[in-house]
Amino acid sequence: MTRPLLIENARIVDPASNTDHGGAVLVEDGRIIDLALGGPVGVPDGAEVIDAQGLVLAPGLIDMRVFVGEPGKEYRETLASAGAAAVAGGVTSFVMMPDTMPVVDDGALVDFLIRRAEAQSPARILPAAAITKGLGGQEITEFGLLKEAGAVCLTDGASSIQSSALLRSAMSYAANFDMAFVHHLADAELVGDGVMNEGFFATILGLRGIPREAETIPLARDLQLAALTQVRYHAAQISTAASVALVQAAKTGNSRVTAGVSINNLCLNENDIGRYRTYFKLNPPLRSEDDRQAMIEGLRSGAIDTIHSDHDPQDSEVKRQPFAEASDGAIGLETLLAAALRLVHSGEVDLLTVLRAMTIRPAEILGLEAGRIARGAPADLIVFDLDHPWQVRERELRSKSRNTSFENARLQGKVMRTIVGGKTMFGHEEV
Amino acid sequence: MPQQSSRAGQAGDFPPFRQRHLISIADLQQHEIVDLLDRAERMIDVSRQERKSLATLSGKTQINLFFEPSTRTQSSFEIAGKRLGALVVNMSVKTSSVSKGETLVDTAATLNAMRPDVLVVRHSAAGAVELLAQKVGCSVINAGDGAHEHPTQALLDALTIRNHKGTLAGLTIAICGDIANSRVARSNLLLLGALNVRTRVIAPRTLLPAGIENFATEVFTDMEEGLKGVDVVMMLRLQHERANGKMIPSVREYYRFYGLDAAKLALAKPDAIVMHPGPMNRGVEIDPAIADSERSVINDQVEMGVAVRMAVLDALLPPRNEA
Repeated sequence: MTRPLLIENARIVDPASNTDHGGAVLVEDGRIIDLALGGPVGVPDGAEVIDAQGLVLAPGLIDMRVFVGEPGKEYRETLASAGAAAVAGGVTSFVMMPDTMPVVDDGALVDFLIRRAEAQSPARILPAAAITKGLGGQEITEFGLLKEAGAVCLTDGASSIQSSALLRSAMSYAANFDMAFVHHLADAELVGDGVMNEGFFATILGLRGIPREAETIPLARDLQLAALTQVRYHAAQISTAASVALVQAAKTGNSRVTAGVSINNLCLNENDIGRYRTYFKLNPPLRSEDDRQAMIEGLRSGAIDTIHSDHDPQDSEVKRQPFAEASDGAIGLETLLAAALRLVHSGEVDLLTVLRAMTIRPAEILGLEAGRIARGAPADLIVFDLDHPWQVRERELRSKSRNTSFENARLQGKVMRTIVGGKTMFGHEEV
Repeated sequence: MPQQSSRAGQAGDFPPFRQRHLISIADLQQHEIVDLLDRAERMIDVSRQERKSLATLSGKTQINLFFEPSTRTQSSFEIAGKRLGALVVNMSVKTSSVSKGETLVDTAATLNAMRPDVLVVRHSAAGAVELLAQKVGCSVINAGDGAHEHPTQALLDALTIRNHKGTLAGLTIAICGDIANSRVARSNLLLLGALNVRTRVIAPRTLLPAGIENFATEVFTDMEEGLKGVDVVMMLRLQHERANGKMIPSVREYYRFYGLDAAKLALAKPDAIVMHPGPMNRGVEIDPAIADSERSVINDQVEMGVAVRMAVLDALLPPRNEA
């Protein structure tokens, strides 16, 4: 038994119930047992009371796309360091991509990860299982057994399945188990040797471009196969205006289709690469400002369901290279919320919409109880100061790798407390 | 109008050159480009005299670091350095630094410890030279980085044109061939653009990069249309891997439509000159007879290459002891 926890005088923002109202929340035994909007809540004996005056209380963030180095590349990130970065950023649960060594394509490894994460990580780690063995794109894995072991969704992580026939088969089989089918979009031949968005800027830099069609062509195919197979399809991350239009159109005929966007594609564009800054070498690549604006509009319109960090730790050896030779990826767990709040502060998207994409929508897609502030729900909560200014400094980040695309960025909005299962896993200052 | 200079005087006449490195033509102001061309004029004179040496780089160490082979560019820089009195060391790195388990940044640290005064670097990756320049304490000259830039090539091309035409002002220059993959084309477009010279690019669509029209150049896919009335025809080398049926169907077809032969050259001005950065694929992008004709200034480009590289070394490495 832990002490009851009362968070009072907070601005409660819960997208699941469209709530944005002052109030209090009472937590006991890892769950929310009472919620009062406006009125008082009784204080149980011995309760810890947090005065959240001037602060926002929201569901903990659920990040649908996080790469962890463990097992296999622990020098980049471990379950423990990823978990520490997560709670510092307000992420109470994250989906761990199966791109590890070995690949998460076996139920035993799912089981191992769940146990180890419970022991090591302050955040909830939800393993995703590979769609194909070894991420090879050739043979499908044991979806049913993987689900039984605890895998929350199916995905080949950063790999994109090229064979339409195999994809159809995988989607059909996944539909048996009602598992979310999360697919990364990249036509390998159109991507070719490309390393950034195709366009004038790539031409100026002398870098090979990746056309938008490398994303939209497989997306169009996937959406047709999703309709055919009735799988719960989630486009892992889209980055182009044309992709937003495709998803929007598909949603009118198929309510099982959803789509995500990386925080990088929401906040940055190809010009941020400047003179070969490899921390901005990402997959999908940073696109044009028009594409970025389309992402924001997609978020507003509901075409885009989720925002994720695409947290992908890479050590300096593979980043301190010429741009074309450097690895893709940036870390992002710790900056996810603050970066997303840029859109709120700029007036582009309201707070409820931004938080919805990082709380209840991923919870619904993954079938999780969390992601909402409701009686009986898990007490996965964050308290944050919407206006607190801070600057991202590499050395202060908790990830083992430092490849942040928000290096030295000035952000506004800071997590003050992160509560997972009723326990405070991160606290900042006297909150 | 382009700024032109009369033939330059002594090296000491030039004001201090403000750049530390030469990575990209985009980093240069118009007056700096003209300054380098003027300095190169003087170096032509040095190269043509019996005693082809100055002592301006005496005591300086120049390392030519080539991650991909290029006999002619490396030799040109080597001769340039030696004519200025520098100690020149050639380092060829056959494999990529990454495959050796050493990052380019590690290589930079090692080189830095040798205390060179200037590094001349060629690398297959765009931006690699810039990355290296950030990590070393000496001047760095880009001798070609991937499909990005080859600034001394653009300078030597401009010098060659200026010497043949007397001026760059009012000329129309056509750049023909594999624009998409050419660092020579990029540097030339930037340089000629900075000097307000009219340019055209001519290539099949598969060899035109995205957004090429933003370079303020005219774009042609029909070579005969593009060559009409031009003063300079600048041909580019076609890499053999482009002619594998993916970018163009065959060398035979490429030569028919984009190779420079007498019939196509006849569409240019009667006194138009023909250029090529070399090495040439005779019978692929250029008719051998044209390459060897009096219209061709290809060998002059080689000579100007040494002069330009002497000028760049001279400009980047103050203080100097005048010979």
